[in-house]
Amino acid sequence: MLTQDAPPSAEPRMKITAKDVHCYFGPVHAIKGITFAMPEHSVVAIIGPSGCGKSTFLRSINRMHELVPNSRITGTLALDGEDIYGMDAVVVRKRIGMVFQKPNPFPTMSIFDNVAAGLRMNGMRDKKRITEIVERSLQQAALWNEVKDSLSKSGVSLSGGQQQRLCIARTLAVSPEVILMDEPASALDPISTAKIEELIYELKKEYTIAIVTHNMQQAARVSDHTAFFYMGELVEYDVTKKIFTVPAKKQTEDYITGRFG
Amino acid sequence: MERHFQRDLEQLKSNVIKMGSLVEQNLADALEAVLKNDATTASKVISADGAVNKMEIEIDNGVVDLLALQQPVASDLRLILAIQKINNDLERIGDHAVNIAESAYRLVETPQEEPLLEIPNMAKIAKEMFQQALDAFIHLNAQLAQSVLESDDRMDALNRGMNSQVIRMIKKDQKTLEGGLELLRISRNLERVADLTTNIAEEVIFHTQARIVKHHATEKG
Repeated sequence: MLTQDAPPSAEPRMKITAKDVHCYFGPVHAIKGITFAMPEHSVVAIIGPSGCGKSTFLRSINRMHELVPNSRITGTLALDGEDIYGMDAVVVRKRIGMVFQKPNPFPTMSIFDNVAAGLRMNGMRDKKRITEIVERSLQQAALWNEVKDSLSKSGVSLSGGQQQRLCIARTLAVSPEVILMDEPASALDPISTAKIEELIYELKKEYTIAIVTHNMQQAARVSDHTAFFYMGELVEYDVTKKIFTVPAKKQTEDYITGRFG
Repeated sequence: MERHFQRDLEQLKSNVIKMGSLVEQNLADALEAVLKNDATTASKVISADGAVNKMEIEIDNGVVDLLALQQPVASDLRLILAIQKINNDLERIGDHAVNIAESAYRLVETPQEEPLLEIPNMAKIAKEMFQQALDAFIHLNAQLAQSVLESDDRMDALNRGMNSQVIRMIKKDQKTLEGGLELLRISRNLERVADLTTNIAEEVIFHTQARIVKHHATEKG
């Protein structure tokens, strides 16, 4: 018999809240009225078939959607209750970091400089402080032990999995509060994927994480809450265990059991 | 980097060991109640069963969590499947301990004290088998598990022997009818405890060696 987890005694603080969010690419209505909230220090997975709007929604959280020509967004997205679209976009992207599908270290920079780049761009000049933050970020990204003796080597000399952890270290260096991950392990082998997943599990102690993934098993393994998107709509959002054992909606059940369509 | 799944799996295993210790204590108390004609200890066993049932549900939920969310494979999968069955076996051994305690309770109230016949011997073997099965699970020791399987035949023989001994006892003195029936119930419960303990040992062999030994299955190409 399955029992639902008992509700937590204190309501967790909501880090990101979305209210009736609609996103458009020209005439295309990609996101249709998404409303949900991401609890602080937790991992939310967004799953759904290709074209369901999960990446678009993720990109609307740190205001990357608006960089696409002819794009438009309505509704409210808030970080700690403050309207994200009323804030300076640069500040938003500093507080809400992003890791992409394909590892994208700066190709001309060393491992050290890749991690330090964001700090320097923000005007930090104190070399000792930069060194401290680079080391801490690489440690948090579980990469320090592998690169501590080769910090001056090029970032692209690393393996794919290491490059992705380097990109995570680069994101962590500027002390974001939220990390958005768009398919962060889909280009990696199973061992590197397991490392990234373990890293996500560890990072949620200090950060709030949203991860878009095609891999439902990955969503099950790493997330606390799961949102199922379909054709731009949020079909179901609940505790991950519930989504993967007793989903409330038939569409969710059909998708996670592979009976879709 | 250790996967948090491994920690969760270790936690699940340690919960099974905790439940095993609880059941072991209840079984020992139930048998002590019979051997010492002690109603107080019998009552203690009956009231302690709720904790065992609660742990069974907790472990069931842990199994569902790991199966649904972590997609275990190979030895991890076999361990989780073994845990699911051992959990069920332990809960049922707990129920048999309660049955034995209830018989002990009724034996205290029977007008005359019957000889316990083979019960002390069976109790000793059942406790040893249970302890060995639990140790085999804790240390994932297939050899120890194998020795549990070998003890089961002795228990079956003793149980059959009890039937004829009790019939003889009742025929000789009809006043022993009530007590004799309780002794048969205890014997039957102990025989079932040994069977379930054998199941636990079989699950340990399945997990450690991926061998199916139940129903006297033999390995064939």
